[in-house]
Amino acid sequence: MALRAPANAPKPVAAPTPAAAPAVRRRLAEQLTAYGFLCGALLVFAVFAWYPVVRNVVLAFQEVNFVRGSSWVGLENFRHVLDDPLFATAWRNSALFTLYALVLGFGVPFVAAVLINEFRHARAYFRVLVYLPVMLPPVVVALMWRWFYQPEGGLINEVLGTAGLPTSQWTNSPDTALISLVIVSTWANMGTATLIYLAALQTIPGELYESAELDGAGIWRRLWHVTVPATRFVILMLLLLQVVATMQVFTEPFVMTGGGPQDSTVTVMLLVYRYAFVHHDFGAASAMSLLLLLVLAVFSAAYLRVTRGRAD
Amino acid sequence: MSRSAHRRLRVRLATATALVLPLALVACSSGDGATGDDGRIRLDINGQPPGTDERELRVFLAEIAAFEEAHPDIDIVPHEGFMEPETFNTRVAGGDLEDVFYVYFTDPAGIIEQGYAADITDHLADVPQLDQVRPELHQVFQDEEGRQYGVPTANYSMGLLYNRDLFERAGLDPDAPPTTWDEVREAADAIADLGGGVTGYGECTIDNTGGWHLTAEIYSRGGLVAEPAGDSHRAAFDAAPARELLRTLQAMRWEDDSMGSDQLRSCEDLMIQMGAGQLGMYIAAPDNLPTLVRQYEGSYENLGLAPIPDGQATLLGGEGYMINANATPEQIDAALTWLQWRFVNPDEIERRIQESRDDGLPVGLPMPPTPDIWIAGETRDAVEALKEQYANVPVEHVAPFMEAAPEIEGRIEPPRAQEVYAILDNVMQAVLTERDTDVDAVLADAAQQVDRIYGAS
Repeated sequence: MALRAPANAPKPVAAPTPAAAPAVRRRLAEQLTAYGFLCGALLVFAVFAWYPVVRNVVLAFQEVNFVRGSSWVGLENFRHVLDDPLFATAWRNSALFTLYALVLGFGVPFVAAVLINEFRHARAYFRVLVYLPVMLPPVVVALMWRWFYQPEGGLINEVLGTAGLPTSQWTNSPDTALISLVIVSTWANMGTATLIYLAALQTIPGELYESAELDGAGIWRRLWHVTVPATRFVILMLLLLQVVATMQVFTEPFVMTGGGPQDSTVTVMLLVYRYAFVHHDFGAASAMSLLLLLVLAVFSAAYLRVTRGRAD
Repeated sequence: MSRSAHRRLRVRLATATALVLPLALVACSSGDGATGDDGRIRLDINGQPPGTDERELRVFLAEIAAFEEAHPDIDIVPHEGFMEPETFNTRVAGGDLEDVFYVYFTDPAGIIEQGYAADITDHLADVPQLDQVRPELHQVFQDEEGRQYGVPTANYSMGLLYNRDLFERAGLDPDAPPTTWDEVREAADAIADLGGGVTGYGECTIDNTGGWHLTAEIYSRGGLVAEPAGDSHRAAFDAAPARELLRTLQAMRWEDDSMGSDQLRSCEDLMIQMGAGQLGMYIAAPDNLPTLVRQYEGSYENLGLAPIPDGQATLLGGEGYMINANATPEQIDAALTWLQWRFVNPDEIERRIQESRDDGLPVGLPMPPTPDIWIAGETRDAVEALKEQYANVPVEHVAPFMEAAPEIEGRIEPPRAQEVYAILDNVMQAVLTERDTDVDAVLADAAQQVDRIYGAS
C-alpha cells in the first residue's frame, strides 16, 4: 500500500549521501509513524471484520463442535441447507420482500422528496417529520406496528372500519403478512432515502426547470426530463444499497411474526438465525450466510462499479 | 518540544499502539484453573440473579456463603445469567462456559450430543439424595445408554390456567374447571360471549411455542409426537389424537369465534391478556402463576389451575444444571456436592420455605421453594406437609391440578424438540390463521418434514 508523501517531502534519492542521510531518516520516521497508526486500525478491522468473514467461510465447510474440535465435511453443509424445504421458501420470501421494498421504498421516498422540495414554507418541518421514524429503535417500531396490525382493536383496522373501508388480517394471514412487513420497513427507513433524494434535488439548477417551462414542458415532463436524469446517480446508488439491505431483513419478521404464519415471512437471515441459535448448527448457518454473501457480493460489486465510475 | 522530539514521540506512540492492542486482546482471553491459589477447588457457576432482583440476589449469595462455610475446600465463583441460547455456543467456543451451568429441559439432548457436558454417572454414588428425584426427570439428562450428564432441580407439567372471575361472570363454576377438550370449547364459547374484547381460550403460536403447546395437547389426548424407529425416531403425531384436537381448536377459532382474531402470539402475549382479565383459559405450567401476579397484575385469588384437559398424559418441563465437559473429576465431585446441597436437599426445605414466606413470596405452589421433583415416599410427604403448613396463597385454586398430577403420566419432549416444534408451529398457525385448513393434509406434510429431521439425524 502506498502512502502519499507530504507536498514538501524531500525527493527520493538513489543512495544516501552523508548530507542526505538525515532527510532519509526523517522520511523513514514519518513512514513508520503512518504505518504504526495504521497497524492499530488494521488490527481492529482484522479482528472484528475480516477474521469473522474468513471464519464464516471456514465454518461453512465444517461440522462445528467447540469442544471435540470441528471436522471438515466438504459441501455437506451446503447439501443440508439446499435440502431444507425452507431454503426455497426463505429465498423466495427475501426476494419478494426486496422487490416490494424496492417498489415502495424507492417510490415513496422519491415522491416525498419531490413534494418537500416543492414546498416554499415549512420545508425543514417536513424534513424532520419524514426523518423521525428513523430515530426510533427498530424493535420499538416493530412492536408498535404489531399493535397497529391487530385484526381486532388494532389502529389500522379501526381507522379503515370507521371509514367504511374493508379491513385486513395483516400479519395474521399468509397472503398479507410479507407485504405488511414491507410497509413497516418502508415507514421506518424512508427518512434517510428521502433526505438523500432531497439533497440531490437541491443541486439541480433552477434554470433547467425555467428553460423547460419556457419550452412548454408540463410538470410530468419536467420531472422525467430534468429531475430524473439529474438524480440518476443517486437513485441508482440508493437502489443498490437498498437491495443489499433488504435482502438481509431480519428484525421485522423476527419480532413481529417469528417467520409465520406458515413460514410466509421466513427470510434468509431468519433461517440463518434458526440454524445457529435454535438448532445450534453453525455449519449450516455459515453455509447459508456464505450463499447470501455471494449473492450480495454481485450487488456490492455493481455498487462499487457505479460509484467508481462516478468518481473517475 | 523540537520537531525531531515530536516526531520521535509520534513514532513511539504508534509503535505502542501496534504492540499494546494485541497484548490487551490476549489479556482479555486468559483462562482460569481448577484449583485456586489457596488450594480450594474453584467452581465457576452461573444462575446468579441480576442486581435488579435484589431479593433473589441476596438469597443466592447467602446460600453460597452458607455452603462455603460448610464446605471450606470449595470456592464458588458465581456468574450472572441463566441459559441464553444466543450466547451459549460462543461461550463454549471461547472457553467461557461456567463449570456448572443452568439449562432448561429442552437443552440437555443437544448438549449431550455435542459433547459439551461431562459424564457424571460414575460420581453419583456420593450424592444419594438424587435417588429421591423422580426417574423421568433424570431421564432428561441421560443419553441413550443411560449415562447421566446433569441434575434436574425443578420441573413442571402443563395444565389449564384459567381466570376465575371470567368463569363466574360467564355463569361457569370456577371450582369445577373443564376436564375435557369438549368442555374447554363450551367454556371458551361462554366466556367469549361476555364481549368487550374478552377471549375464551388462547394459544401461543410463534417462536416454537405453538409446537411446544401442541405437543402437550397431543399428549393430553393420548397421542405421541415421535416414536422410536430403528436407531432413530419417526413422527407419530399424524394420528387421531392430533386430528381431533386440531379440529376442536379449528371449531373454536372459526365456528365459535372464541379465540379472538390475533393468532400470531407469544406466550407472554397470553400472560398480558390473562393479567388484564381479557383471557379465559390457556395451557400453562404452574410457574406462570407468580409471573402473572408479579409482572402482569394478576392475583392469586383470581387465578386457577386445572389438570390438562382429557389428561391422558402431559408434557414435562423444567430446569437443571449440567457440568462442563472440561471439568476435572474433583470439580465434578464439588459441583455435585453444591447441587445436592443447594437444590436437592430435604434438610434445607423448611428454612427456604420460611425465608420465602418472610419475603412475601408465594408458598404452596408446585415450584421452588417446593418443586415437585420427589418420588413418592418420605421426602415427598414431608414437603407436602410443609407446603400445607406454610401456604400463603389460596392453594385450593390449584388443588384440581395438584390432585390430578399423580394420576397423569408425564412425558418428556420429543428428540430434537426445537426443530420439531418449529414444524408444529406451522400446523398450529395453519389451523388458527386459515379458515379452511385441511387438518389431515397439514399433519401429513408436517410428519413428512419431521421424518426428514430424524432421517437426517
